[in-house]
Amino acid sequence: MSKRIMAVDDSTTMRDMVRFALRGAGYEVVLAEDGMDALALLSKERVDLVITDINMPNLDGIGLVAKLRQDPAYRTTPILILTTESEATKRQQGKDAGATGWLVKPFDPRKLVSVVQKVCP
Amino acid sequence: MDEFEQFKETYFAECAELLDDMETRITGLRKDSLNDDSLHAIFRAVHSIKAGAGAFKFDNLVAFSHDFEGLLDGMRNDVVAVDESRIALLLTARDLLADLVDAVVSGHDAVPENLAAVGAEMAAIVKAAHPGETPTGEAPATGDETKDNDTAPGERTLRIDFAPLRELFIHANEPLLLVRELKELGPLKTTVNLSRLPDLSQMDPEEAYLSWVFELTTEAPLGLVEEVFEFVTDDCQLSISDVPVRPTQEPAAVACVPSDGATESRVPRRQPEPSAGAQPSLPSNGPGLAQAKVSSIRVDLDRVDRLVDMVGELLITQSMLAQQTSELAVDRYPDIVRGLEELSFHARELQDSVMAIRMQPVRSVFARIPRLVRDLSKKLDKKVRLVTEGEETEVDKTVIEEIADPITHMIRNAMDHGIESPGERRRAGKTPEATIRLSAEHRGGCIIISIADDGRGVVREIVTRKAVDSGLIGPDASLSDEEIDNLIFRPGFSTAGTVTDVSGRGVGLDVVRRNIERLGGSVHIQSEPGIGAAFIVSLPLTLAVMDGMVIAVDGEHYVLPVNTILETIRPVESDIVTLPSGDAVISLRGNHLSLIHVARMLGLNGGEADPSKGLVVFVDTRERGKVGLVIDEMLGQQQVVIKSLQTNFKNIPGIAAVTILGNGRVAPILDVDGLCRPAGAPGDANDLHRPTGQTSNMGIAT
Repeated sequence: MSKRIMAVDDSTTMRDMVRFALRGAGYEVVLAEDGMDALALLSKERVDLVITDINMPNLDGIGLVAKLRQDPAYRTTPILILTTESEATKRQQGKDAGATGWLVKPFDPRKLVSVVQKVCP
Repeated sequence: MDEFEQFKETYFAECAELLDDMETRITGLRKDSLNDDSLHAIFRAVHSIKAGAGAFKFDNLVAFSHDFEGLLDGMRNDVVAVDESRIALLLTARDLLADLVDAVVSGHDAVPENLAAVGAEMAAIVKAAHPGETPTGEAPATGDETKDNDTAPGERTLRIDFAPLRELFIHANEPLLLVRELKELGPLKTTVNLSRLPDLSQMDPEEAYLSWVFELTTEAPLGLVEEVFEFVTDDCQLSISDVPVRPTQEPAAVACVPSDGATESRVPRRQPEPSAGAQPSLPSNGPGLAQAKVSSIRVDLDRVDRLVDMVGELLITQSMLAQQTSELAVDRYPDIVRGLEELSFHARELQDSVMAIRMQPVRSVFARIPRLVRDLSKKLDKKVRLVTEGEETEVDKTVIEEIADPITHMIRNAMDHGIESPGERRRAGKTPEATIRLSAEHRGGCIIISIADDGRGVVREIVTRKAVDSGLIGPDASLSDEEIDNLIFRPGFSTAGTVTDVSGRGVGLDVVRRNIERLGGSVHIQSEPGIGAAFIVSLPLTLAVMDGMVIAVDGEHYVLPVNTILETIRPVESDIVTLPSGDAVISLRGNHLSLIHVARMLGLNGGEADPSKGLVVFVDTRERGKVGLVIDEMLGQQQVVIKSLQTNFKNIPGIAAVTILGNGRVAPILDVDGLCRPAGAPGDANDLHRPTGQTSNMGIAT
């Protein structure tokens, strides 16, 4: 059974690219467009990993990580945050909120896959 | 990245949406409106554009959007002030961004000349707001992040001491996975240290008790080994050192991680516990946040169109069935009849639902207008205030696309010709600031869009003179006020003294009318000299289905839109008066109304010539008001599926579209306005049939 990954980003293009890269590596991918959307979907289905962007309307990435870590079902689920080069503070905020690791965008699909496999093989 | 090539379309579409939204939001910014979500949304938009641009390596776009993003970040964090000139800068930057996107869409390299200047200006503002600090973002790398900071050292053995802290588990990292990763770099020898492991009864399942010593033989550079631990550096004790080929007692430390300088000391570095109540940075909307989030999916427009088509065909087939079985005796086949009635009901519901998919609020069209008004008022030196109403009114997607240009044209026209200069307005006793009201509403089966201004209205003397000069009307023609006003829709009509590039070319309004009529709608102008004028656009709500009245003319079946029909009578001969010109009028409750023979207008030779032996259907036309159409028979009302002729035929005056009736016959749907257009006017039904040079009796020359 393949692992399920949820990708959260308010940009359609990003969502599509992440899904494409991960599907190619054999993962099942579920998409959400912001933190609230993600929480709503996650309340109905379980995933094995969450990848989330930081800047999103309604509930941003940091908020989503924090909320997920409060949920017993997701306390030990790997969560990766997508940041841009210039967002070092966000990276730390993400870690403080409980994120497992991070990915820099724009991302190389191979790098995305390898990082994902690092935390969720 | 070739594998991402397929997402360019999505990206471009997304950019277009984001840029539109940005324009609306920026234009709506006010100095003290920082407490709404707009700045954040604008920031996110630029952020998304930048991210995508990076993926496709559109370097110019990346660089500029980075500067833009920086400025917006400063603004949304209250570090950079928001004032009129800054808002104007945002607008300029947005436009440049749009230009850059256009450049990559069309594949040309042209760089707008003020690009560097604007980018530098934005960067300078940010820098000034953070004196003494480096700007909040380093210039973005346009490649991916790689960590090969060493040259290949050749194969050697590294000793890795690794002791995870409990924080490592809290962050959902898994030592086993790290070990597997290490293994990929080369042969690995593992020794585990169980000394801290307590009795089972005393064990805290979330505490980390184990530690390891690894010996990794690898050629990989140190950077790659460190990378294995990149996510956990703060959550563990880690040291990596070289093991000389011949084991000795003192390994020379090559590099130590973590990078805060802690060397071999075993003092655990505690990471502050992630606070359970970590404050998510919610946009400052607070209680306004939509809790009930409307979810949606993106669907290819082609698929929706195909669906609409198929449902249309379904309706036609169902209609045919209904027709065939209408002869069936109800008592002999009660179930079939009932079944068909239900089918008809469901089919209509299906039709409504499918059409609703394509409906969108006109908001997206209205959104561009404030900017337009702002720009034009500057250009024309006039003060204009725009009021919009009814932007949530929904209309078919095709209509939205087609209506944008006409509305823009009409606004331009209003601002150029209708609205007076502030000085003139003051002299006329009006407020120096003019108002344009753009509104949309549903009325009957139509959507009515109106553009109303409080300007000078149509100057009838000028219009009449211009029309006579261009030969559009005879010098002694007598037209009603309303007819004069609507002359402005004729081709080649322009009352501008000099051709201004705003709307003076004279091609505007007749093209506007054509485009609107092509959608099955109509447009006319209502004007009061000195008070103002209003363009009234009427469009059908659904483009696919309509209530139609089937009529017969000269043995052929046609369909009249039910919403144009006012009443139908069988006239009495004495009510009909034939004028010396040959045209006829009919008296209806004291009023005399024109009679139009549909057969003649359509160029048919037969048809009932004597109205008193046929029927007269009174319809409402935009230009001639109430008019009576002479037809042979009226056959019944039904819902018809509108099929466009556009793909097969050119615009046929008098015919709006076509449908297939229940009996399988094709019936043209009549365009009442085109049918009744004053004879000789371009676009009237007589165009098809009347030889040129003939004058008609309304004094209008061809």
